[in-house]
Amino acid sequence: MEFFRIKKDIPFMSYGKFTTVISLVTFIAAVFMLATRGLHFGIDFTGGTVMEVHYAHPVDIEKVRSTLRALPDVSVQNFGTSQDILVRLPLKADVSGAKQSEVVLADLKSDDPTVQMRRVEFVGPQVGKELVNNGSLALLLVSMGIMGYLAIRFEWRFALAAIIANLHDVVIILGFFSFFQWEFSLPVLAAVLAVLGYSVNESVVVFDRIRENFRLMRKSSVPEIINNAITRTMSRTIITHGCTQLMVTSMLFFGGEALHYFALALTIGILFGIYSSVLVASPIVMWLGVSRADFVKPEKKLEAS
Amino acid sequence: MNRYPLWKNLIIGLVLVIGLLYSLPNFFGEAPAVQISSVNPSAKVDSALMTKVEALLKAAGTPFDGMYEDPASLKVSFKSTDLQLKAKDLIQNGIGQDYVVALNLISRSPSWLRSLGALPMYLGLDLRGGVHFLMQVDMKAAITMAMDRNLGEIRADLRDADVRYSGISRQGDELDLHFDDKDSMGKAKDEISRKFPDLLLTSSGLGITAQLKPEARTKIQEFAIQQNITTLRNRVNELGVAEPIIQQQGQDRVVVELPGVQDTAKAKDILGRTATLEIHMVDDEHDVKAAIAGQIPFGDALLKERGGEPILVKKNVVLTGEHINDAQPGFDNRTGEPAVHINLDGTGSRIFKQVTADNVGKRMAILLIEKGIAEVVTAPVIREEIGGGRVQISGHMTTGEAHDVALLLRAGALAAPMEIIEERTVGPSLGADNIKKGFDSTLFGFIAISIFMTIYYLLFGFVSVVALGANLLLLVAVLSLLQATLTLPGMAGIALTLGMAIDANVLINERIRDEIRNGNTPQAAINAGYERAFGTILDSNITTLIAGIALFIFGSGPVKGFAVVLCLGILTSMFSAVLVSRAIVNFAYGRRRVSKLMIG
Repeated sequence: MEFFRIKKDIPFMSYGKFTTVISLVTFIAAVFMLATRGLHFGIDFTGGTVMEVHYAHPVDIEKVRSTLRALPDVSVQNFGTSQDILVRLPLKADVSGAKQSEVVLADLKSDDPTVQMRRVEFVGPQVGKELVNNGSLALLLVSMGIMGYLAIRFEWRFALAAIIANLHDVVIILGFFSFFQWEFSLPVLAAVLAVLGYSVNESVVVFDRIRENFRLMRKSSVPEIINNAITRTMSRTIITHGCTQLMVTSMLFFGGEALHYFALALTIGILFGIYSSVLVASPIVMWLGVSRADFVKPEKKLEAS
Repeated sequence: MNRYPLWKNLIIGLVLVIGLLYSLPNFFGEAPAVQISSVNPSAKVDSALMTKVEALLKAAGTPFDGMYEDPASLKVSFKSTDLQLKAKDLIQNGIGQDYVVALNLISRSPSWLRSLGALPMYLGLDLRGGVHFLMQVDMKAAITMAMDRNLGEIRADLRDADVRYSGISRQGDELDLHFDDKDSMGKAKDEISRKFPDLLLTSSGLGITAQLKPEARTKIQEFAIQQNITTLRNRVNELGVAEPIIQQQGQDRVVVELPGVQDTAKAKDILGRTATLEIHMVDDEHDVKAAIAGQIPFGDALLKERGGEPILVKKNVVLTGEHINDAQPGFDNRTGEPAVHINLDGTGSRIFKQVTADNVGKRMAILLIEKGIAEVVTAPVIREEIGGGRVQISGHMTTGEAHDVALLLRAGALAAPMEIIEERTVGPSLGADNIKKGFDSTLFGFIAISIFMTIYYLLFGFVSVVALGANLLLLVAVLSLLQATLTLPGMAGIALTLGMAIDANVLINERIRDEIRNGNTPQAAINAGYERAFGTILDSNITTLIAGIALFIFGSGPVKGFAVVLCLGILTSMFSAVLVSRAIVNFAYGRRRVSKLMIG
């Protein structure tokens, strides 16, 4: 079986202007979202308490709310099923978070003894700040590491193009999380960074072909070479990402609430990763003015001619 | 063509066999067990204990499956959790307080596997249930406490040396001393600099300011965190947790992980007690009522007793909790009231003897300080000089309170207060759920990829799937071997790694198709496909590895687990996708003429 039996190269580079417009529009929309709505940070970053409790029978959420009315700014919502409830408490200066959860559980128990503690997470303010710092540092380190590697392995233009394309993915993932106000937690950050490392693969594979083509296709122009590289790697691109997406979809369906946003971030990352590494990275490489001379050493050229 | 030399096949086979061996323990599951470990150096875990436990269980008619002894503990496994719980109480009552009896799980894998060092993966708290605390030590308080101690000692020292001073007090981290004349100031300076080498003295006019030297400051901070870790360890022992982790993190933090703890409220209560103990003298010379009205005498503090009565206490610290060797609940010999019997160490005994001798007939207050709030537990009258370091505290206590106070004192006071700044508690039922979810995600994703690959690439797709299976096997084996902590994000990492690892095989298969299209013979296409794809595979894996390493460095907790799996998965996938799949292809197509490849 074969999905892609393409005889002629698809002139991707002539779509360059069109794809750039699409990218710019989505990118600006994402930045706008982030600027106006911001991210709905999970307690990993903001600090606070989250409790997951389980009842033996479906529970009336209003009743739980009224039980906990005494606590300021408490949020109560269903979590997955009608028997599971998620309680969120913001940080309070004078009460230790570790104590807060006990108070809540005691209150709920006095109301309905079947309630069972499933999970408590408390993050203090200093930890939250650190996680934000560490997250940004990790993002920076990954970007620099990948750029450095690509610059050594290929050329600085490729490195720059790849990192622009992939940071564009990151911003779009964040844009989605901002638009839908999905919770941005530590696992989501991990997914974003994994996507960054993974999508770059895509650019690497295309760049590899471009480099090879510069050596093989002596007569062709730069856009032709890039078009050929993309067309020939397209089958692999779609199939690889399809397989990864199969796994991620499985996580989305079977992984439960805990892995939901993690899988969601990966899904967006994978979809935009395909697009950006092909249709964003390659035009940038072209515009940065990559040429045959960058890959084929002059001495060799003399030999060949 | 397309043959691996024998040694290469053998190495691949050997790696797979070892992989199978070390991933095997994960399939046997775990049995409920009771773990007995010693808290007292004199109580040994040996064959005598084994016989004793065996006799205890036999006498009560509680059947057990096996008994395993290692240097630190004795583990007894049972058929069911009911038997396990019954046996725990039975053993605890039978062997006394010198041992901690805790619930645990042990692998059901046969003993020959265990003797090879093959253990199941170490499950993180989000998978097995338990409590994770991150505690921050209040270093500022540690310094303040040290300065308070110095203040008390300097005061006693100057008095012993007959040096007169007009005032001594602590201002923040500094001590201020004032004198009436130059002569006594000089004497005091000599005396202090000789006896307190940790202090840096600066004098101006008729005053001396004492500060801690920077190196002394670091030493105090290091000591404070070490002392707190020791204290936490003692407290955790009282809780009876099977495999607790108590570690320093960074300069001023301690991580506490208590797997399998069900009663989290109690754990939090005992660990979260940031109590420190101090003994002060009671000021009975001044009027309490005047103090309540606002006229607190200089050098005194107005505190409350357990019963709620106000009491005036001198700020000067006589003794701190660090001099306590042991504390046991008991009863007062004379009155029969509940009491706590305390045993002091050498220095503590000397100080206590001196103080009690000087203050017969006066009262001393025992202070418990929790989160900066001091409470007077009891303020007994000193009836006589108390030597030998044996002290009894009684009054205003129930038997339960006496037990609690003793526990707190025995566990040692903290050198500095601590605060829980992060908590992650996972109930056991959620842990089991998480394992199932992680497992299901991986399983169904794997099945979906297998079906697709086999349809799309036929035989080569099937080979890719086998290679992917080998990758999973090796990854699980490496994780088991390293005893790296597996978390739910880690399980997601396994799934994701598998989804990403198939990339290598897709690259290879696409290259082979390419080569065939370009008119190469099947054998040449296989060879060229593997050779050419390798460079690309290497490149693309390295970028993911960079992301994984950054996550490992900066990630915390569960995310670190994800990063570990991601990095290890990339390494194992390089082996399986390239070498294992090639070996299989070689077996299928090597050494013979092939006219067509089953690659679709």
